Amino acid sequence: MSLLHLAILLPLLVSLFIPLLYKKIRSVHTGWFVLLVPLTLVAYFSQFLSQTMAGKTVVATMKWIPSLDINFVAYVDGLGLLFALLITGIGSLVVLYSIYYLDAKKEALHNFYVYLLLFMTAMLGIVLSDNMIVMYLFWELTSISSFLLIGYWYERERSRYGAQKSMLITVFGGLSMLGGISLLSLLSGSFSIRESLAAVGTYSGDPLFTVSLVLFLLAAFTKSAQFPFHIWLPDAMEAPTPVSAYLHSATMVKAGLYLVARMSPIFAETPLWFYLVSSVGMFTLFWGSLNAVKQVDLKVILAYSTISQLGLIMSLLGLGAAALQVDIIPDSLYTVATVAAVFHLINHATFKGSLFMMAGIVDHETGTRDIRKLGGLSQLMPVTFTIATIGTLSMAGVPPFNGFLSKEMFLTGVLQVSESGLFHLDTFGLLFPFFAVVGSIFTFVYSILIVYRTFLGPKQLDKLPKKPHEAPIGMLIPPLVLVSLVVLIGLFPNLLSNTLIRPAAEAILPKVIANGGTIPVEIKLWHGFNPELFLTILIISAGTILFLTLPKWRSLYHRMPKQFSLNHQYDALLSRGERTSTAIHDTVMTGYMRSYLVYIFGFIVALVLSSLYFLDAFRFDVNPLSTVHAYEVVLVLVLIGSALSITFARSRLTSIILLGVVGYTVALFFVLFRAPDLALTQLVIETVSVALFLLVFYHMPEISRKEERIKFKLGNAAISALVGLSVTLVALASLSQRSFASIAQYYIDNVADLAAGGNMVNVILVDFRGFDTLFEISVLAIAGLGIYAMINFRKTGGIDK
Amino acid sequence: MKNPIKKHTNDVILESSTTFITFIIFLFAVYLFFAGHYTPGGGFIGGLVTASALVLVLLAFDIKTLRQILPIDYKQMTAVGMLISVLTASGALLFNKPFFTHAHSYFNLPLFGKTSLHTAMLFDLGVYLVVVGVTMTIIQTIGESD
Repeated sequence: MSLLHLAILLPLLVSLFIPLLYKKIRSVHTGWFVLLVPLTLVAYFSQFLSQTMAGKTVVATMKWIPSLDINFVAYVDGLGLLFALLITGIGSLVVLYSIYYLDAKKEALHNFYVYLLLFMTAMLGIVLSDNMIVMYLFWELTSISSFLLIGYWYERERSRYGAQKSMLITVFGGLSMLGGISLLSLLSGSFSIRESLAAVGTYSGDPLFTVSLVLFLLAAFTKSAQFPFHIWLPDAMEAPTPVSAYLHSATMVKAGLYLVARMSPIFAETPLWFYLVSSVGMFTLFWGSLNAVKQVDLKVILAYSTISQLGLIMSLLGLGAAALQVDIIPDSLYTVATVAAVFHLINHATFKGSLFMMAGIVDHETGTRDIRKLGGLSQLMPVTFTIATIGTLSMAGVPPFNGFLSKEMFLTGVLQVSESGLFHLDTFGLLFPFFAVVGSIFTFVYSILIVYRTFLGPKQLDKLPKKPHEAPIGMLIPPLVLVSLVVLIGLFPNLLSNTLIRPAAEAILPKVIANGGTIPVEIKLWHGFNPELFLTILIISAGTILFLTLPKWRSLYHRMPKQFSLNHQYDALLSRGERTSTAIHDTVMTGYMRSYLVYIFGFIVALVLSSLYFLDAFRFDVNPLSTVHAYEVVLVLVLIGSALSITFARSRLTSIILLGVVGYTVALFFVLFRAPDLALTQLVIETVSVALFLLVFYHMPEISRKEERIKFKLGNAAISALVGLSVTLVALASLSQRSFASIAQYYIDNVADLAAGGNMVNVILVDFRGFDTLFEISVLAIAGLGIYAMINFRKTGGIDK
Repeated sequence: MKNPIKKHTNDVILESSTTFITFIIFLFAVYLFFAGHYTPGGGFIGGLVTASALVLVLLAFDIKTLRQILPIDYKQMTAVGMLISVLTASGALLFNKPFFTHAHSYFNLPLFGKTSLHTAMLFDLGVYLVVVGVTMTIIQTIGESD
């Protein structure tokens, strides 16, 4: 365990003490203690910058399950470090913001910060793990912490709905990733990403490789809310705003992008990867921006905007995959898409984080996020207005903010790849610029919409639940920090190019570096009069026209039939699932023990007889059988007689007594075979269980056996006969064949030497196979407590006390 | 069918024989428990025999009488038994031995003379307590649930 591991696990460790701090120190907002964690981590992770800039990586290994090749390998390269800094940097701002956003007196802060810290560890774990199983573990942990945070206000119905939806969709993706990991590790022989990459040439032709690729992409698309899995993100907006700003715009939803970037070197040479990533991303960009315009909730607009922007970055990563076709492109011309992806990822975190915080401020100070009720707040909240303006203009791609720069690079990347003729793009390559431009136009429209409907336009203070005023300074500092970054990066983009962007891009495109190429990261504000500039002018002018004519075409959105919407499909799928499982449950679970016994025994018979038949396992050998004595014949006759009479017994009491006869006869067998321990146990067990049966049957309802239908009885008779048959066959077969030597001799030889005992049976119980006994008494204890709980539960009338 | 745990008036023989038979059974159970390592017996059988002695009291008298004689919470007995077993098994870890390694030695005890003491017996004590505890918890719970 190195310092690096400790850094990743630090939030988790601190979270253990949060409830204590919350309970003991009520005068200080718990957030102040939490704030120290991301601040420490930012400082810690920044010291790796010099190493990643030099192209070096840091690896630290902690043994976890070495026998299964699962070790916690922390691996820091440009890509991982970029994400780690985003997670801890935005994390610090969000925690600071939450201190003012969440009221210390009214809110369950201990829950909130424990979940948030859990998330922080999970996210750091994803981006800094080299072992895919460990990465998967952290991946699912982000889904769980996101679920808990969305459902933070769990008494609200919408929160629970949103939490469940995000959980179902992202965990589905996580499980498919587990499938992808299993396949990939089977092919490459390792769970390590680096080792899998090193051996990629040897197995990339395998058909399972493509399956693994698709499974990995499913995980990335669900996590990063790509079409058609994007529907969980708008519903996740029920979470407190700091959570939306942190998980659902800056970090967790980017885990999918991280996965695509991380796996790119392995998968990107397959054309399918290029097609899927770039076209799904591009369509999501278009679809998200189109849907953002029709929303009325400020946070939901931002959610759709996030979906659209994630699509943009995703498509850039897909287009960047073209650069790995090094045979075709000797110079690294196509690296611009990857550089743009990394650059936009940073930019998006800054402007979208500030916009979410802005939405939170508006919600906090006015009591609503509905843009139909808001308006004219610019005079009342001038600082928030400034934040919103800079953030949205950057998002819309207006110069001189950072969003403009990455949007221009995005257009460059799209134009270059569509002209390249790679992957038969000459035929439908034109679709890429088309979707890119249309998506950007709608992005412009909703960006303006956010500012206009909230801060400009007519004032409607009477519709607001609260009298609005400017937010406290603590809530303004975090978004102000972010928008100053927006301006700073916009004016001096090359501050980032060598420190963060180039190391990250090199990690995504290692092959370009390995082939001696370089990744040029020169970002300029002014490119001259090139196609990108004209496209930007086109986007801004078309966007303005669309915005001005919005009332006229807005009604088109309502034309789309509701039953075709993805949300409707999702709800229908859930309710259908519930109905089907209820129907199955109601038919199978009758509430009668005898039905369940029929299922259980029927299944056992089917399993045993079919395996005996298909595996040809039945053998019968007379040799190992010993001679049969007269005593034994008599006992067997008694056994058979009493067992048969049970079936004809009229009352339960008679049945129990006859069953007791069976048990005692078996005990006599043990006496005959000189097994005193077993005989003793069998005798006592029979005695105690007869007493127990008497007690139980006293409480059973009076159901006569005659009430059962004759068909049911025949079925029972058949099953019991078959159970008897299969047990007999298995006993005979196992007696007649031995695959390996009996362990009995080992026990006989060692009982005195190793265990210092004389009674082999008991020594086996407490020493040789003590584990078995330990688990048996655990099961016994659980069963006893279970019976106690069930019966007392019934006594209270089903109410949990 | 009559309630097996209600007090009946005409059980004089059963009641009076129970009063001393119970002790004999109980003593036998103690014997079985200690004899386990060398001759037939052990914690599991000892526990069952003890439980059957208690069940006999229960059948001859009723649940209230049993409770007056032995005011024990059998759920706690189960828990204590589990604890003893797990702790005995993990005790080996303190001596840097694998989980469940038993230790034994011979001691000269007053009254008993040379005696073998074995940690397996502690583990067996846990088993004994769990068996008695669970059996009696189940019987008592079902018997009381009127």
